[in-house]
Amino acid sequence: MTREQRMKKRYAAEKRFQFLGVISIGISIFFVYLLLFKVFSTGSTAFFKTTIQTEIDFDKKLLELEDIKNPTLKQIKEAEFFDVTYKAATSLYPYKNDEEEKSVKLLLGGNYEYEIKNYLLKNPKMLGKKVKIELTASDDLDQLHKGNFPRNIPEDRRRLNNFQLNVYDNLVEQGKIGSSISDYFLFSGDSRDPEIAGVAGAVIGSFFSIIICLIISFPIALMAAVYLEEFAPKNVITDIIEININNLAAVPSIVYGLLGLGMLLSVFGMPRSTALVGGMTLSLMTLPTIIIACRASLKAVPPSIREGALAIGASKVQTVSHHVVPLAMPGTLSGTIIGLAQALGETAPLLLIGMVAFVVDVPSVPTDPSTSLPVQIYLWSESAERGFVEKTSATIMLLIGFLVIMNSLAVWARQKFERKW
Amino acid sequence: MSNKNKITAKQVSVFYGSKQALFDVDLNIAEKEVTALIGPSGCGKSTFIRCLNRMNDVIDICKVEGNIEIDGQDIYDNSVDVVQLREKVGMVFQKPNPFPKSIYDNVSYGPNIHGIAKDKTHMDEIVETSLKKAALWEEVKDRLDQPGTGLSGGQQQRLCIARAISINPEVILMDEPCSALDPIATAKIETLIDELKSLYTIAIVTHSMAQAARVSQHTGFFHLGKLIEFDSTEKIFKNPEDKMTQDYITGRFG
Repeated sequence: MTREQRMKKRYAAEKRFQFLGVISIGISIFFVYLLLFKVFSTGSTAFFKTTIQTEIDFDKKLLELEDIKNPTLKQIKEAEFFDVTYKAATSLYPYKNDEEEKSVKLLLGGNYEYEIKNYLLKNPKMLGKKVKIELTASDDLDQLHKGNFPRNIPEDRRRLNNFQLNVYDNLVEQGKIGSSISDYFLFSGDSRDPEIAGVAGAVIGSFFSIIICLIISFPIALMAAVYLEEFAPKNVITDIIEININNLAAVPSIVYGLLGLGMLLSVFGMPRSTALVGGMTLSLMTLPTIIIACRASLKAVPPSIREGALAIGASKVQTVSHHVVPLAMPGTLSGTIIGLAQALGETAPLLLIGMVAFVVDVPSVPTDPSTSLPVQIYLWSESAERGFVEKTSATIMLLIGFLVIMNSLAVWARQKFERKW
Repeated sequence: MSNKNKITAKQVSVFYGSKQALFDVDLNIAEKEVTALIGPSGCGKSTFIRCLNRMNDVIDICKVEGNIEIDGQDIYDNSVDVVQLREKVGMVFQKPNPFPKSIYDNVSYGPNIHGIAKDKTHMDEIVETSLKKAALWEEVKDRLDQPGTGLSGGQQQRLCIARAISINPEVILMDEPCSALDPIATAKIETLIDELKSLYTIAIVTHSMAQAARVSQHTGFFHLGKLIEFDSTEKIFKNPEDKMTQDYITGRFG
């Protein structure tokens, strides 16, 4: 082979190699975009709800408040709202029989009676007057309005019957159908009715779990890493501990769920389905990851810094706490945040400790029953209603959003605290 | 005439695991003088100097035998606190290793942990005198709050010297302090060493025979873990007893 041939071959090999690299990156980007596109296109509509403008007659007589001159809020609260809400719901469209009446009422969301009552409690001056309120529409009408339900299939395979479609068209003609940002999705707990189901419970549950996970795992992991890296004698026992930590980091997360179930719930009798136990279980899972990250960043501190401190008579503890740990901070912090981000997306261990329950109330303390974001995704993905499909995607969007925020935080922490030596 | 001995080492042997790095070294370091240790790479001179402030303790597998006394006190005795020993015996390393903190904090760290300064003014004084002794004050007095790692290599090494003398040690060990520096910075450090010897006992490990000849009063020649010859610098460089020393200093070695 001549010199030129060899060179040609070498160039060709280099080109091939680079081409393969570009292809791999291209494929990865394609799949990421595919995922994001699918999730965003399905999920973004979940942040909006469809409303029906309804005329409400807050008649004193209907509310059975005609005998009281100036009713207090408490009296309004205890008033009889059935007639008012019934009248409002049935005023949407003239119906002929019971079935049609039911069909009309089903166009309103599962919470419309509460919405009407709540409106009057907020605006007590409206007592005795007629007002037009935007009531949340039912999931079926919502999906129809968003264009997710085809209309041209046979009636028995549709969730809305012909009469309801008629009513819908009529309402659209009158300009009564509207759309607004869904307060339910962001600010309320789970529900069987998709139009009023929200992620607030899951977000708060996840938040509590992650905070508890951080409080437990960061100090323990840092101390363990510092001891192993700086103080522990190098012998068989340390080697065994090290191997075990590395193995624990690779243990499937569901095993930690079993541990949480067996230990925290059964032995210690801690409350089931709570963010407290969830956070503790997640911290078991995150500990080895954070220990490994902390050890790596401690190891990266140059030994000359340790020698410098020791040589002017700093004790071992002073050397470590004044110099080594602060210098390792960027690595330990970003390692911790990435460990927590991993915990945020974890589902399996939470299923085992009962955080998969159907929880309507938004938890206010970590010992309240709650779910978490990934579990909520899992729960909703199993539901048949079309409304939950978009809610599932929207929750995935939220989860991805939180993960992006945490990872950016890790990058920021690394750059903020990084010092050159 | 030679001063009285500050450090006496008798029959010092050092082992790294099963490998012996030093063999029965007997060496005395005189007070307020510069003692240079020369020899080819891996001859054990750095190992020896690190025994004098027990920096070898950091290395798990390292074992030191024999007897080293400073002012008649056996430094490997169980009653000796290694922190106090290092307060007395400072060290400057081959590669400048200032802390990634401000120049001021670099110098004030030692006095701080040993509680030497009475108050802020006293600390300022200590920092100033240390930097002056290290011939760095004029160059950095306006930027004491800037990171020590932002200085040039020679300045960093002088900062490390300032850091070492900030706690007023009696002995300063220097492990090839100029090997990472250019000739101009080296000359500055050598002048500095010459000035410091009136205040401190200095032991310096060096690869440069010219440097040993310039700065030291006594010189020890190490080879393969053994102290081949130890005498006044003048004698070693003009009229060495041992053939090997002769070969090494004239560059015929190896």
